[in-house]
Amino acid sequence: MSIIHPGAIDCDIHPAVPNLQALLPYMTDYWRDTVVQRGIDALESISYPVNAPITARPDWKPEKGRAGSDLERLRREALIPFGTSTAICNCLYGVHLLFSEDMALGYAQAVNDWIAKEWLDREPKLRASIVVPLQNPELAVEEIERLAADKRFVQVLVPVMGEMPLGKRIYWPIWAAAERHGLALCIHAGSSYRHSVTGIGWTSYYTEDYASNAQAFQAQVTSLICEGVFSKFPNLKVVLAESGFTWLPAHLWRLTKFWRGLRMEIPWVDRTPAEIARENIRLTLQPVDGPPSAGAFERLMEHMQSDELLLFSTDYPHWQFDGDEVLPPGLSSELARKIMVDNPRNTYSRLTETVT
Amino acid sequence: MSRHVVAPVRDLPPGSRKLVTVKGRPIAIFNIDGELFGILNRCPHQGGSLCEGRLIGLVESDQPGEYRFSRPNEILRCPWHGWEFDLRTGQSRCEPDRIQVKSYEVAVEQGQNVCEGPYVAETFPVSVEEDYVVVEV
Amino acid sequence: MSVDVLERPVAKKAQPAKIAVADCDIHPSPKSVEKEIYPFLEKRWQRHLETYGMIGRQGQQFGPAYPKGQPDASRRDAYPPNGGRPGSDLQFMREQHLDPNNVQLGILNPLRGGQALQNLDFAEAYCRAVNDWQIAEWTSKEPRLKASVVVPYEDGALSAREIERRAGDPNFAQVLLLSRTGEPIGQRRYWPIYEAAAEAGFPVAVHAFGYGGNAVTGSGWPTYYIEEMVGHAQCSQTGLTSMVMEGIFERFPKLKVILVEAGFAWLPSLAWRLDKLYMRMRDETPHLKRLPSEYIREHVWLTTQPMEEPEVREHLLDTIEWIGWDRLLFATDYPHWDFDDPAYALPVRVDAARRRQFFFENALKVYGLDK
Repeated sequence: MSIIHPGAIDCDIHPAVPNLQALLPYMTDYWRDTVVQRGIDALESISYPVNAPITARPDWKPEKGRAGSDLERLRREALIPFGTSTAICNCLYGVHLLFSEDMALGYAQAVNDWIAKEWLDREPKLRASIVVPLQNPELAVEEIERLAADKRFVQVLVPVMGEMPLGKRIYWPIWAAAERHGLALCIHAGSSYRHSVTGIGWTSYYTEDYASNAQAFQAQVTSLICEGVFSKFPNLKVVLAESGFTWLPAHLWRLTKFWRGLRMEIPWVDRTPAEIARENIRLTLQPVDGPPSAGAFERLMEHMQSDELLLFSTDYPHWQFDGDEVLPPGLSSELARKIMVDNPRNTYSRLTETVT
Repeated sequence: MSRHVVAPVRDLPPGSRKLVTVKGRPIAIFNIDGELFGILNRCPHQGGSLCEGRLIGLVESDQPGEYRFSRPNEILRCPWHGWEFDLRTGQSRCEPDRIQVKSYEVAVEQGQNVCEGPYVAETFPVSVEEDYVVVEV
Repeated sequence: MSVDVLERPVAKKAQPAKIAVADCDIHPSPKSVEKEIYPFLEKRWQRHLETYGMIGRQGQQFGPAYPKGQPDASRRDAYPPNGGRPGSDLQFMREQHLDPNNVQLGILNPLRGGQALQNLDFAEAYCRAVNDWQIAEWTSKEPRLKASVVVPYEDGALSAREIERRAGDPNFAQVLLLSRTGEPIGQRRYWPIYEAAAEAGFPVAVHAFGYGGNAVTGSGWPTYYIEEMVGHAQCSQTGLTSMVMEGIFERFPKLKVILVEAGFAWLPSLAWRLDKLYMRMRDETPHLKRLPSEYIREHVWLTTQPMEEPEVREHLLDTIEWIGWDRLLFATDYPHWDFDDPAYALPVRVDAARRRQFFFENALKVYGLDK
């Protein structure tokens, strides 16, 4: 791990809500009461079956309870080994699964207040994402406005699969609010299961479900660019979290090729999609769905045509790598530093602001 | 560079187009409302025959959801992959600075001038009574 | 102002020196359904077609869900001079494509074959008619062309029956499915298709497109045609994932799958991802005995069109190396608008042996026509 750089910024860790009881103090009376009255046990998504190997690396899994639910362990396992100066918490609790917009807001508020109090207040190295009720863009904006003054929130968090492609104009008030407040938009693996995770129906195996996030990300890159999100919000940075990055070059080749002939359908896209992606889109490092050889990995980095796209992540406590082998073979020290320090700093304007 | 007589004007009425070969180069000539344009008949992408493309207008936008349509029939769309080219400049719409098709000066000359030269009229006799389409190659 | 093409460029003359081409994706159309399909369709289904039309899993009665970029999704120069849809005139196809591009083997992929009609009995009857039509109008008249067995793929048993009917018929080279199935294409309702195809020695080609009722993305329906176009590649990725994870290559060891018109540059990344996930969770799919990438390497081919076009063209050669030069089958997609011209498909520095593989030999091998 000699090329680990001091001051690493980990852009994707997952503190876990240990159980629904933990959120109750952060709920309004009404929503707290519904938990009891309606017998709501938990909001755990099938995107991460609690005992699946992806969900918790074996040596990071506590004997009891959820991996990632203990701050002390998180310090010991995720922050210290990688010399991490800052880590961004993406809480994957299943707020996005709910159908009631109001209930989603109730839970989103609870998750956000819980993370501020239980994690950010207790560990100054931590930053967090604002969980929003994407079910209703107006309410999502409301939640961003409520928390925007707290500079420890550095981005807005949405799942890669929801009701509609994320470039759709119905979502634009949310992206406008994010841009206005200097927040990035983090699109994270996972689905609200409004549709089958593939374009051809529901899968048989969890392996397929998890694998399909990479295709879902490709579709969202298409949507964001073709709908003109970056023409409208040129300063918005979008971070694609936890689905690899080796798919990006081939996807941009295809999208750019078709754009040359179909540009008149989306005339606001006035630069190549590849160029727009390189300017506005970033991807977290883990999982590295990389080629087995270092030589091929180097070629692939060339295909990316930019060394500014990748952001360091451990994806703690998900099992993406063993030991401390968080960086793929074939990275130069220079590129490692960019990924671990420079690129995250350039992506998250709030990281360089003073937090009070 | 030399000037080549490629057709009598009456063969290229407004709204028509013609494929000619000058110095071995296939050149597509268009008459758009009386104005003449010439481009190399080979899309810089995969060689699609541009004289078979549709003429469309210029589609521009200042922001998503806005469509501005102007200069009808001055943009040529390749019949294969739909790449658009500005007939006035040869520039592509997708990447105007990087991707262009060669464009040629096309003019109308009186038969009198044509007969006196220095024009090259390889394929047909010219007469003083007619006007001719002339391409500079 | 209506503008007509006054003059066509002279068709490129066939040059014997030009490399031989196998075009693994040509789209034939009937001149008219009444004239060319009806002779093979029972009266009952003719009446049904006239009364109810072709009802599938999309709302438009006459046309695609997303209007195409050009009429009939076709090259503007592919309309036969004697009328009819692009791809409906054999003589013009010879003059415009087969002869000048030195196509020595052309695989016909009819896309309006009735494969995905909701009414399964109608689908079966229509598919059978389209198969008969391919022989009558195409392969019996032009020995360079081979047909595809189109099947009502949402019903495995009916499809298997049609495959068995065509087994051993040298007019046919493969079985054709569309990629946008109603359920992931590796699932067991489709297994009778793979079993019958493997038994008959037909590769199964899966052509991008179709309507299975699911949104083209895992996050719902996009807005623009370009998104649907690009989205077919993602659907084919999940389709291949399904085939591998369901273990169809373990169950049908002779099965060959050809992914058509969905791009290919995404394959290495997908295979790396699947290998990694399989190693992590192999207890979930104990029916698999090998790495996903190994099944893919042995059982899967991809047609090339539309070739991905990186800004740095050489990047694509890395990708082809990772996939294997023996896995790609050249295709033009004639007469469709995103046609790839063989003259432009590969960068010049690719050597002659690889060119022969890429343009011709791989196809002969996969279709068993090299013997």
